[in-house]
Amino acid sequence: MPFEISKELVRSDFIKKIEELSGEEISACYHCGKCAAGCPSVDTMDLLPNQIIRAIQLGDIEVLKTSNTPWICASCYMCYVRCPRGIDLCSIMEAVRQMTLRENLDHIDIRVYTDELATLPPIAVVSAQRKLSS
Amino acid sequence: MKEIIYYPGCTLKNTAKNFEDSAIACAEALGFKLRELEDWYCCGTVYSLTSDDLMHHIATVRNLLRVQEEGEERLTTLCAMCYNTIKRSSKRINENEDDREKINSFMYEEENDYQGNVDIIHYLEILRDEIGFDKIKEKVEKPLKNLKLAPYYGCLLLRPLEVAIDNPDSPSILEDLITVMGAEVVYFPFKNECCGAYETVSEVDFVVERARNIIGNAIRNEADALLVSCPLCAFNLDNRQKNVSLKYPDFEGIPVLYFTEALALALGLDPEVCHFDLHYQSIEELVKEIEQ
Repeated sequence: MPFEISKELVRSDFIKKIEELSGEEISACYHCGKCAAGCPSVDTMDLLPNQIIRAIQLGDIEVLKTSNTPWICASCYMCYVRCPRGIDLCSIMEAVRQMTLRENLDHIDIRVYTDELATLPPIAVVSAQRKLSS
Repeated sequence: MKEIIYYPGCTLKNTAKNFEDSAIACAEALGFKLRELEDWYCCGTVYSLTSDDLMHHIATVRNLLRVQEEGEERLTTLCAMCYNTIKRSSKRINENEDDREKINSFMYEEENDYQGNVDIIHYLEILRDEIGFDKIKEKVEKPLKNLKLAPYYGCLLLRPLEVAIDNPDSPSILEDLITVMGAEVVYFPFKNECCGAYETVSEVDFVVERARNIIGNAIRNEADALLVSCPLCAFNLDNRQKNVSLKYPDFEGIPVLYFTEALALALGLDPEVCHFDLHYQSIEELVKEIEQ
C-alpha cells in the first residue's frame, strides 16, 4: 500500500500516546532487525516486529490496525534480550493492541472456542482473554 | 521442618495437578514444607505491560498482602506464568511508592495496607540456593540412568532479565538438576524459545508448528523426554502433539514431564504423584524403566 509520509503524521499525538503507554522511545530504533531475527513467531507475522516500529515512527495507524503481528506476539521477550538499543518491543506491541482494545474492539471472542475450552489449561483461557479481548 | 508460603495458582489445581502433587512430595522428601497461601486470588496470568494500567496488578497485590498478613516476606510459586506475573508486579509495586499508594487506596476495604516488602522466589531457586544440588544428589534413590532429558525453559523463567532465575541466554539450572538426578542432559537450541503460549486458544495451527519444531528438534538430539516448568508449555508441547500427529502423520512424539515429576521418580517417591492420566504422551514406559 502506498503511504505518503507527512510532517503532521510524524509529529502526531498518536506517537506520543504509544510512547506514553509503552514507556519506550519510538525513535530509538534504527531497524537493525535483530528483533525479527530472534523472534520465534516471525514466520506467522505479516509485518516484521521492527516494521511495526517503522509504522509507528511514520504514524501509519491504518497498517497497525490491520497487521496480525501485534496479536501473534506473546511477549516472550526474545527481541528485548537481543535489542542493541534496549527497546522493550513487547510493551510497544501491547500499546498497539491496547489502541484497538480500548475502542472496545475485541480480537477474539472466547465463546467461539467452546469445543476446546474445557480441555485447555485455565491460564491459557485467562491470558488469551486478557491479551486479545477488552 | 522449614516452611515457605506457596502460591499454587489456578492451573495447578486443574490440568497440572501432577505438577503440584509431585512438587509437594519432593519438598517434603528434601526437608521443607510448602504451606499453601490462604485465600489466594488469580494472579492475572499475564503481566500488564501498559504504564497506565494499574488495575491488573491489584489481584497480585492482594496475594502479596495475604503473605504480609501471615507475617512472612517470601512467597514461592511453581507455575512459570504465576512466577513471572507476580514477580514483575511485585517489583513494580514494591519499588514504586506512588503506584503502591494508589492500589492501597483502591483496596480501602482491606484491613491493612500493603507495605511493599514481599519477594517471590521460584521453587527451582529453592532447590538450587537453599537445598543445594549436592544435597539433592545424596537423596536420589533411583538415579534416572540411561535416560536422556531435554530441559525446556520457555520464556517466563528467564526473561526479562530483572526477573530471571538464571542467565537468560545460557541457563543451566535445569541441566544441573538433570545431572544430579543421574540422567543425561540433551542440549538443544530451542530450550528457551516461546511455545506459542496463550495463542493455543485461537491460533492452534501456529502452536502446532511451534510444538513440532521444538519437540522435533529435541528428538533429533536424541531426547527420551522433555522437562518443563510451566503448565502452558506442558499443554502446548504435550497435548498439542495430538494435533501435530493429525497434521503430520509420520510425527513421533516424546513424553513431557514437569521437572518435579522427574525429581519425584529419582527420589524414589510414589509414581502416583505424576498422575499418568494427565499426560497425553504416556509416561508409563519411562516410569517402569526407572522403577526397575
